[in-house]
Amino acid sequence: MQLVFNKPESLTVNPFTYCPGCSHGIAHRLVGEVIDEMQLREKIVGVSTIGCSVRCWRNFDFDIVQGAHGRGMAVATGLKRALPDQVIFTYQGDGDLAAIGMGETIHAAVRGEAITVVFINNAVFGATGGQLAPTTLPGQWTSTYPKGRDVSWTGSPINMSEILAGLPATTYIAREALTTPKNVLRAKKYMRKAFEAQTLHGGFGLVELLGSCPVNLKLKPVEALNWVEKNMIPQYPLGEFKDTGKEAAS
Amino acid sequence: MMKGNEAIGEAAIRAGCRFYFGYPITPQNELLEYMARKLPEVGGCFLQSESELAGASMLYGAAAAGKRVMTSSSSPGISLMQETVSYLASAELPAVIVNISRGSPGLGRITPAQSDYNQATKGGGHGDYNILVFAPASVQEMMDLTMLAYELSDQYRIPAMILGDGIVGQMMESVVLPEPVETIPEKSWAACGCQGRERNLVISAPFTDEDLIDLNRRLQEKYRVIIEREQRAEMIHTEDAEFIFVAFGIVSRLAHSVVDSLREKGCKVGMIRPQTLWPFPDDAFNRIPRAKGVLVVEMNEGQMLIDVRLALNGRVPVRHYGRGGGWVPSPDSIEAEMLKLMEEVEKNAVSL
Repeated sequence: MQLVFNKPESLTVNPFTYCPGCSHGIAHRLVGEVIDEMQLREKIVGVSTIGCSVRCWRNFDFDIVQGAHGRGMAVATGLKRALPDQVIFTYQGDGDLAAIGMGETIHAAVRGEAITVVFINNAVFGATGGQLAPTTLPGQWTSTYPKGRDVSWTGSPINMSEILAGLPATTYIAREALTTPKNVLRAKKYMRKAFEAQTLHGGFGLVELLGSCPVNLKLKPVEALNWVEKNMIPQYPLGEFKDTGKEAAS
Repeated sequence: MMKGNEAIGEAAIRAGCRFYFGYPITPQNELLEYMARKLPEVGGCFLQSESELAGASMLYGAAAAGKRVMTSSSSPGISLMQETVSYLASAELPAVIVNISRGSPGLGRITPAQSDYNQATKGGGHGDYNILVFAPASVQEMMDLTMLAYELSDQYRIPAMILGDGIVGQMMESVVLPEPVETIPEKSWAACGCQGRERNLVISAPFTDEDLIDLNRRLQEKYRVIIEREQRAEMIHTEDAEFIFVAFGIVSRLAHSVVDSLREKGCKVGMIRPQTLWPFPDDAFNRIPRAKGVLVVEMNEGQMLIDVRLALNGRVPVRHYGRGGGWVPSPDSIEAEMLKLMEEVEKNAVSL
């Protein structure tokens, strides 16, 4: 018997506690695989933040610090400045990173902190039950705007990757959708490069992962993935927005 | 000669603090700027944050990594930091936070005040927790209590606050520099990479309801030990004093001068000067056998007054003399208040 598929060493045996069809499970597995492959498990410190993934320390098998809502990149800044030889990353949702944590996010990127950010964008506040996020699409139903997002009242969705790529001190910024096997494999490649922005180039790397939240979208898991493909990708185009490490190498 | 704010910075560096994160606010900018100048010289890290929210979270991150850390601010900025203070308490992280407080509420003014006593000593943020609070009354004590704050903060894994005001922060006095700390205790709990050990988790919210109740029990157990062992107060002529001032920080210097002048006039007065505001020095109030009246003097509207009343539990009449908003009493007015209390007590005209 040959073992062909196994749990990454960087994940614990604890079962995921996310809802059926939630993209966090895939994203967690990708983090585990990338950290294993880069052999970072013993020198990494993860920062978990507030939202559905607040207890990702149940599933990640390495040192974790849990930060306050929105402050992930400030906590990571303190960790990285204290531990310059270690690898520091945050795992943040769109409410955390782009609403309450906007200041911390922008300024960590402005400083070009040598940290990696795994950013899950599912266009909604998941843990609190489906309220409007800065990333919610125009017209999208939320529990706080049941008639759909009216951009004249609440503004338009914010494209974080494009904004952060425009800041001079960031090193690597990319976006992918966790919707198809092909996209998931590309997401893993981007995630690795977001870590390498830190490990090889001493810079700020971020991978934005478009994910689905079927419970709050009130869709079945497969329908929710289709919704992401059909509605989110046009608003949030996929690809690498910045890769200064590559530019430096060429 | 050193300025109070700078003395805190020098003591922090001598205590082994190498990480400072903070945001400018008057009247504590000398400390921020001192750390900006000095930390790079000793291989440390100074980082000016984009806000007090972020600065406090940077502090939290570096503390979680096991380092000795500092941030400082003044009243409105300290309010913003309370989010992290509550997290530090629940994650049981050592950290030293300096509040050179100002006249409040709201924005207030930079005039000196002691109106943050309640916020500092009753937790400050959300939840059942306390932090160590030290009240220096001189530039020397800015140094000595900062050194002690690092030691006890590490020992008990609890945040500590230096609570000063604009006068004690800005004034210059001669100091004896404390000896630098040679070795900082090993922090086996720090999140710094799990090589050769099980992983460490520095978390604020346990997974189950029972775990959170357990965390609260454990915190209270720790607080009980601290209350038993770490109360500190200076006792001035209290062994025979019939009338006793209670004052902390800069106003205790004024009250002390009144003690001296009243003693010269033959009045048996003394003073309890709390150096720790949390734990409050309750025990000191059991060591004033001759007390007939107590006058609490503070630069606020009566905050420590409540703790004094609780400590005395009705045994001795208590009066308060104080104002908020940046008011500093003159020694003459303090003396007049004490004479008034003495007269009331002698006439039996005083109630508890």
